[in-house]
Amino acid sequence: MWLAAPALVFFVGFAVIPVVGVFALSFTTWDGIGEIQFSGLTSWRAVLTDPGLPHAIWVTFLVMVASWAVQTPLSILLGTFLAGPQRYRAMLSVVYFIPLLLSSAAIAIAYKALLDPNFGLGAGLGIAFLSQDWLGRPGLAFGLVIFVVSWQFIPFHSLIYQGGVRQIPRSMYEAAQLDGAGRVRQFFSVTLPQLKHTVITSSTLMVVGSLTFFDLIFVLTEGGPGDATRVLALDMYKRGFQANLMGPASVIAVTLVLVGLVLALLLRRLGGRDAGESQLEGV
Amino acid sequence: METPLSRRTVLGLALGVPVSMALAACGTAGPGTGGATYWYLNGQPQEGVRTGAVDRFNKANPDSQITPTTFQNDAYKTKIKTAIGAGQAPTVIWGWGGGTLRTYVKAGQVEDLTSWFDQNAAVKDRLFPTAFDAATVDGRIYAMPCEAVQPIVLYYNKKVFAAVGAQPPQSWGDIMALVPKFNAKGIAPFALGGQSRWTNMMWLEFLFDRLGGPEVFQAILAGEKNAWSNPVAIAALTRVQDLVKADGFIKGFSSITADSNADQALLYTGRAAMMLHGAWSYGIQQANGGDFVPSGGLGFMNFPPIEGGKGDPSDTVGNPAQYLSISSKATAEQKTVAKKFFATGVLDDEEVKQWIGTGGVPVLKGTQKLLAADKNAEFLGFTYDIASKAKNFAQSWDQALSPTAAEPLLDNIAKLFQLSISPQQFADNLNAVIGQ
Repeated sequence: MWLAAPALVFFVGFAVIPVVGVFALSFTTWDGIGEIQFSGLTSWRAVLTDPGLPHAIWVTFLVMVASWAVQTPLSILLGTFLAGPQRYRAMLSVVYFIPLLLSSAAIAIAYKALLDPNFGLGAGLGIAFLSQDWLGRPGLAFGLVIFVVSWQFIPFHSLIYQGGVRQIPRSMYEAAQLDGAGRVRQFFSVTLPQLKHTVITSSTLMVVGSLTFFDLIFVLTEGGPGDATRVLALDMYKRGFQANLMGPASVIAVTLVLVGLVLALLLRRLGGRDAGESQLEGV
Repeated sequence: METPLSRRTVLGLALGVPVSMALAACGTAGPGTGGATYWYLNGQPQEGVRTGAVDRFNKANPDSQITPTTFQNDAYKTKIKTAIGAGQAPTVIWGWGGGTLRTYVKAGQVEDLTSWFDQNAAVKDRLFPTAFDAATVDGRIYAMPCEAVQPIVLYYNKKVFAAVGAQPPQSWGDIMALVPKFNAKGIAPFALGGQSRWTNMMWLEFLFDRLGGPEVFQAILAGEKNAWSNPVAIAALTRVQDLVKADGFIKGFSSITADSNADQALLYTGRAAMMLHGAWSYGIQQANGGDFVPSGGLGFMNFPPIEGGKGDPSDTVGNPAQYLSISSKATAEQKTVAKKFFATGVLDDEEVKQWIGTGGVPVLKGTQKLLAADKNAEFLGFTYDIASKAKNFAQSWDQALSPTAAEPLLDNIAKLFQLSISPQQFADNLNAVIGQ
């Protein structure tokens, strides 16, 4: 009981109290400097009737789906590959891990410099393909965000899958081999089904994590061009800290919390009622 | 995987952002107990000039001490806002005047300096009168102008002009005629760091002024209904899109940021012929452009007039000055120290000399002799003339407007330059938030 106390203090201090505060702020008008005035549903009405909100939700949804769809297959393949006992794979897994050690802001600044159409990689190496208007065309900018996000987080999810694959008992592969299953068949019939819970864990982290993508997008595109990459978290920051509209920003924060909770619960449901039980019958 | 852990992780992730919002509100470094505090921007060479002024003041006044703290530009904008909101502001608040200052005044967070300036007329009279507009809210003065004046200037690469056999533009017609000329030679007519958005805004500031005079934007600033729909405004917005459509700006300008100075590099490397940019760009080109500035490659002029336009060709826009305010929450003792600093420390002879050394023109009258003696005499004299002779020196729009109104403005400007909205849509979008 007492062992949980430190965690509980942090949870209440840094999660519960701010959420309650933000919820209260969403019913006020405040520019961050002057008096906080209670204004009922004004902020909610302003945000819910703003055409910028459905757009930001749509972009957030697209980022969530696209980054999941890109990261998951690659992470599973990489994780399975790295789970092998060979020495060179252990070496490679260290190399693959490096992007995770860099801060998002540093990654964004580096990519921005590399992709500068006049002084970046494309111009330096004379590769015309790389000299695109990366941050100026909505489609390209969106694709770029997904690429950089994947580049940064695939190592993390590969690590989760590597651990998951290593937990699968060798006896299952031996049995499959006796039945004449090849490597591909083994992957689809043994590895993938056994990774079910790992997929759910990793997907939950990806989906809910994608709601909070902020630093990388903020530095890389600042939500642009126009509002092509303006996700909810960025919309919240811009309203709150750049436009001094703390009330509407709090409305979006509350929305984000609710969406995150609902998604997390849905994903847990997806795991089925037996989520807590072992699948390794007899092992 | 164990259940409680997963939910906590999820909650932690979901709540991450609101938590960081709350954390940002927990500013430290409150109003000091003893002397005055002063927050300003870091980054050389300006930081050295600012710190030097404080050091000299502290040495000369052993009883009145100022403790400086420096911040990075973007971090400062958020930090100072949160600190003021939390009643933890420094005694002396460094800022840009205009719309942000107005929000401080409305919240009663900064000291009214009107009567102090009346009593100390000498302090006021030595500064450029144009610098006081952005320090004034509803007829009262709330900030002391300081540092250097920074109008927006039309720069051009003389070497590129000579190679193409072209003359600097004397009118909007000349500009549009130069565009195909440079494009035919594979040189971009204008460099532009379009991702930064305020860079695009400088074009609109001049087009609005040259076509309709300062009144057009003043009506917007005053919150007049549908002021963006003024036919002059629509005409100016249309012209800028004409220039975009004619490939007037370098290809891919929306991917270029001003922070990295890539737009300026395009000019001094000869890949672009012209650039509209702040006076501060001169020092950057001098520092990074190698031989370019010393060999006389950089040309500069005020934005040319537009045929049939009503604006005065001497008008300019930009930063009329930087601004120092005094927190109303400071103690009486701290306020006294701050006022003493304003009267005797700000823009002392040494600071004036140092600003000139960085390529800046201090907001001080009668510095022509000092400017003429400097190695950058030509540019400094040019800036001084623009600043002192401008019939109207308008503040940059994003500084003049409140932060609430500036954000949608910059947004819509980016869309206008990408041709994703029409001038009419631009006006409609911004009419909806006018006066906020």
